[in-house]
Amino acid sequence: MSEPLIFHFDVDGENFASAGQASTQVKKNLRQLGVPAATIRRVSIAMYEGEINMVIHANGGTADVIVSEDYIEIILADKGPGIPNIEQAMQEGFSTATDQIRSLGFGAGMGLPNMKRYTDTMEIDTMVGVGTTITMYVYL
Amino acid sequence: MKISEIRDLLDAEVLCCEDSLDQEVFTACGSDMMSDVLKYVKDQAVLLTGLCNPQVIRTAEMMDMVCIVFVRDKMPSDIMVSMAEDDDIVVMTTDKRMYEACGTLYANGLIGKAIHV
Repeated sequence: MSEPLIFHFDVDGENFASAGQASTQVKKNLRQLGVPAATIRRVSIAMYEGEINMVIHANGGTADVIVSEDYIEIILADKGPGIPNIEQAMQEGFSTATDQIRSLGFGAGMGLPNMKRYTDTMEIDTMVGVGTTITMYVYL
Repeated sequence: MKISEIRDLLDAEVLCCEDSLDQEVFTACGSDMMSDVLKYVKDQAVLLTGLCNPQVIRTAEMMDMVCIVFVRDKMPSDIMVSMAEDDDIVVMTTDKRMYEACGTLYANGLIGKAIHV
């Protein structure tokens, strides 16, 4: 693979049922590229959690996945409310999700910790009232 | 444990992918919170849940799970079953409650441990 491959997705913030479609597609693409199964699982879980977060908290956004020879980069960008306290948001169990979201199986305060757990590096760039961009790397 | 044994032990109704009932599984987890499920990486895992929405199928797909058991008589929609079929995930439903279903499988040998990343 000489040139990095770039996959771009718009994440619909209006439809909880369809959340995860981008992650599903990325999983298929990585399989076709022959990426090891364990790596695919890490990438897809991290991206899926991010997608769910964008739908729950930020009314959607965009997801870009860049596949190069040495790494897979996942960039999730939204124009949501931003994260006022990143340290707090990274704690397992901390969540601002509503009871309705919890009844759908998410909002347990595991999203961001899981994203960090399954990737090699994760950076959060956020501004309250402007939005959040999360960049994650999984090395090949 | 074969998936067919899970069906028999839980007296469950299989809704799709009957061709995969001979597949062996070694681990399982029971939860209604999908983010808790996503915390653990396992191989050949079974998901038992009382949650019934499309994200259950997606979660199982992301985790490379091969079987979903809906407890408490929960019946997935046709769309959910179709999504599972696309990923070759066996879906079944049982009238047993979560505690009993998990306990039954554990007592019959499905005791594989999760692997933390």
